[in-house]
Amino acid sequence: MRKNPLELLRGLWTTFRSMLESPVTYQYPEIKRPVRERFRGRHELKRYENGLEKCIGCALCAAACPADAIFVEAAENTDEERYSPGERYASTYEINLLRCIFCGFCEDSCPTEAIVLEQNYEVSFTSRRQAIYTKDLLLVPVPTNGRQTPMKVPPGSFERAVPEMEDAK
Amino acid sequence: MTKSLVTLTIDGIEVSVPEGTLIVDAAKKVGIDIPVFCYHPKLHPVGMCRMCLVEIGRPARDRSTGEPIFDEDGQQVIHFGPNLETSCTTPVGEGWVIRVNSEKAREGRKQIVEYLLTSHPLDCPICDKGGECPLQNLTMEHGPGTSRFLFDEKIDLDKHVPLGELIFLDRERCIQCARCVRFQEEVVDDPVLGFTNRGRRLEIITSSDPGFDSYFSGNTTDICPVGALTTADFRFGARPWELNRAASICPHCPVGCNLTLNTRREARAEGRDVIKRVMPRQNEHVNEIWICDKGRFAHHFASSIERLTKPMVRVNGDLVQVGWDEALVRATEGLKDALGRSKGGLVGIAGGRASNEDLYVFRRFIEGLDGHTVLDDNLAGGDLTREMGVGRGTDLGQIGPGDVILVIASDLHEEAPIWWLRLKQAVERGAELIVANARATRLDRYAAHIIRYPYRRAVQTALGLLHAVTKRADLSPFVGDKSLQKVAKLFMKAENAIIFYGREGLDYKASEALAQACASLLTSTDHVGRANNGLIAVWPRVNTQGAWDMGLQPIPSGLGEILEQASAVYVMASDPVADDASLETLLREDTFLVVQELFMTPTAELADVVFPARSFIEREGTYTSGEHRVQRFYPAVLPLGGTKSDWRIVTSLANAMGIELNFPSAAAVMLAIAESVPNYSDLTYQALTIAESQWPHVGGESLYFGGNAFKNSQGLGVQVGPAAEPGEPSEVALTMPVEESEEDGLLLVPITRLYDRGTTVLPSKVLHPRLERLHIELNPKDASHLGVIDGAQVEFRMNGKRFQLPARLVATVPEGIALMPRSLGVSVVNPIPVQISSVE
Repeated sequence: MRKNPLELLRGLWTTFRSMLESPVTYQYPEIKRPVRERFRGRHELKRYENGLEKCIGCALCAAACPADAIFVEAAENTDEERYSPGERYASTYEINLLRCIFCGFCEDSCPTEAIVLEQNYEVSFTSRRQAIYTKDLLLVPVPTNGRQTPMKVPPGSFERAVPEMEDAK
Repeated sequence: MTKSLVTLTIDGIEVSVPEGTLIVDAAKKVGIDIPVFCYHPKLHPVGMCRMCLVEIGRPARDRSTGEPIFDEDGQQVIHFGPNLETSCTTPVGEGWVIRVNSEKAREGRKQIVEYLLTSHPLDCPICDKGGECPLQNLTMEHGPGTSRFLFDEKIDLDKHVPLGELIFLDRERCIQCARCVRFQEEVVDDPVLGFTNRGRRLEIITSSDPGFDSYFSGNTTDICPVGALTTADFRFGARPWELNRAASICPHCPVGCNLTLNTRREARAEGRDVIKRVMPRQNEHVNEIWICDKGRFAHHFASSIERLTKPMVRVNGDLVQVGWDEALVRATEGLKDALGRSKGGLVGIAGGRASNEDLYVFRRFIEGLDGHTVLDDNLAGGDLTREMGVGRGTDLGQIGPGDVILVIASDLHEEAPIWWLRLKQAVERGAELIVANARATRLDRYAAHIIRYPYRRAVQTALGLLHAVTKRADLSPFVGDKSLQKVAKLFMKAENAIIFYGREGLDYKASEALAQACASLLTSTDHVGRANNGLIAVWPRVNTQGAWDMGLQPIPSGLGEILEQASAVYVMASDPVADDASLETLLREDTFLVVQELFMTPTAELADVVFPARSFIEREGTYTSGEHRVQRFYPAVLPLGGTKSDWRIVTSLANAMGIELNFPSAAAVMLAIAESVPNYSDLTYQALTIAESQWPHVGGESLYFGGNAFKNSQGLGVQVGPAAEPGEPSEVALTMPVEESEEDGLLLVPITRLYDRGTTVLPSKVLHPRLERLHIELNPKDASHLGVIDGAQVEFRMNGKRFQLPARLVATVPEGIALMPRSLGVSVVNPIPVQISSVE
């Protein structure tokens, strides 16, 4: 088969040209590419500004989860030891990230917007045990001016579990 | 008695129901759901919630002649009123036409839901009822979806109101249906709940001290159509859809209430399955849809961390944990060695907590080694209840006009609350109740006749009654007064008669004499061998009747004598040392002792080999109730540690000892029982699982109607008939009572209280505030002679030991008597005279 030497040069030209271009690859993990706004990464359990946990332990996320990845156990708040507004809080909250399919149903079902699939996609483990994220790993840090839970609060100050809703428009 | 039938049309379906039936029930019977909140088939209708509104059309009549009007086609004209009417308060009428799902009726219901939700907090995510809530379900089905009311106008009320230690009220969620108030008043006659205030500020309050003082309080949470009432035990425990369920039988008393155990795997329990709540399972022949609070809350013993999980053998004087093989070898060698010695043989002691399978296998094993079986119990008459017990088809719910019930020497409200409830209801239907006891009990208020006798004269009273019936000459010393004659007459003309006898104030021999007198009374008035007739013993344990049927029985003279002779003792599901500390020395000596138990009991502590047994939640088996109903319970959770079912432990040991006892399953043991126990001849596990449909409908689709009790799909059990045939007057040998000489001091009588401090109750912390405290009850007159005031410490000596405890002055205690509730710390087996003195 005869070869056209011009063809060869054209191919090499592409190679040489790209040598001079700046690279498109990101130097992960030194450089991280931003994710889309609605990206569904690892879950976080949110807090109110005062530090109280938004999660009320209702286990609707666990009920909605198609992969049965979430396990919740609830207990009762007192004003001496308050974790969340209202009477109920999650005493155990575990997500098995090996089971999770990041569908976001838990987020949809949450009545208090406590669980949010955030932007962290760097989820790796070396054992199955590690794949179970417990409540202390999922909870976000206490905001500035907030207090750590459980907190002591004046009696009767946080009686509503589900936040105030607006009238239907 | 049969009522005439009324025919009407509901949503196009023609229904024929007995006269007086309410429209809501008639519709339910043909599968048309009329939503209700305040109506409950077991309560009187009140028409408070207005949810059941329907259009009712009545045949039009000519005003002047009263004749029905017909149209041109010859059809009767139906006249519909202008307003919707409550179907729960309106009895059916001939020819009526009911529209349940018409546009008008639907619109009415929609507005009622909208109205009920005006101030409902809608906190379903944290509500324990969420997921099994009639309000939630009916709102989804009938509600408007949106509300015209302003959210800001909802009022805030208390969300955490303890009505008592066991039941909590959420005032916001309450829709004011009064089911709880009416249940307490109408069904259990503990009117401790009430309404106060009006309108949206209306509130449920408790009027008792301690709050919500009723043995049936948990049932209000089942029939509450919203999450307003929750139990302390299950509060925030789990969501209903996460729970697994297993059918079970309550192990606390001889009623044998049907239960559903709701279980769940818990991180708190280190990944084990645990019982989250105990719910009633419908069995209209036994417990209807109710259970008592002991059955509901005293289940924690089965999951207690104190449970034995590994076999133990005695090494150098101490019990050490070993594997099953080693323990079996030790037990086999020990038994062989002990039985090889010249001294007496093997004694097997079993308790009424064990199932029929355990007890049958146990007897085969002990008898295979030429040993004696003993039932550890102090109420006699199991042979008589076997012969003359209630007939097949007996249902306390069917007892009514013309029927007579005698309760003697028992306080049913404390010993078997559901029997108490069933008898109360029988009286309301028209049955005549005779209560004979030495003191006033809660059953007295329903009694047509109250027979009051001095303690120690229960047998004489029963014989007096027998004399009044039979006029037997040999009974003439026991002739009673006129009231006894009246009661005897009642008995003779009764259509059906049942006698409940207990052990209050009796020792074993006296209870035997009492059982004989009662059985004789029934045979001589021809009240045996038929449905709703016969003898029932108020046994102290769930399966004592089964134990007698399996061929075990107590020793009248007590355990002391036979244990002295024994060289080896085998104890199953029983703790004789706790009842009688004097047995300790007998068992400690050179007797070889094998114990299979749930807990490290005083008896187990003396054992040479201890086997860990499974509790009723981890295994299957059957119990025979006091009414001779054999009922099956199923495993609910995985077994704890290295435990085994009692019957399996016995068969393993039997096979190691060279006795052929091979059963692959509990069902196979039941087949063997059916072969050898006459009354049980047609029993199989399959037969026990047959469940017919029952009225009223509960649970599942009918949550809104009958409440959250579980529908029974796992078996109603089988009532095994007594051996006696109707019309066959069998002679009952009577034991004449020995006149006991009056001694100085007070007679100390053990009585039963529902909330005692026994091994099966104490691990349930939720009940602790309600548990009885150790005390002695004295008559105020006796107390003033002794110089004792209410709450003061008294002391007495019994069996060489000194006891000091607080006294309570109770007017219903007869003079010369001191009452001691059982299982509170001081063990009194039989009535015993004591000298009580006050402690300075």
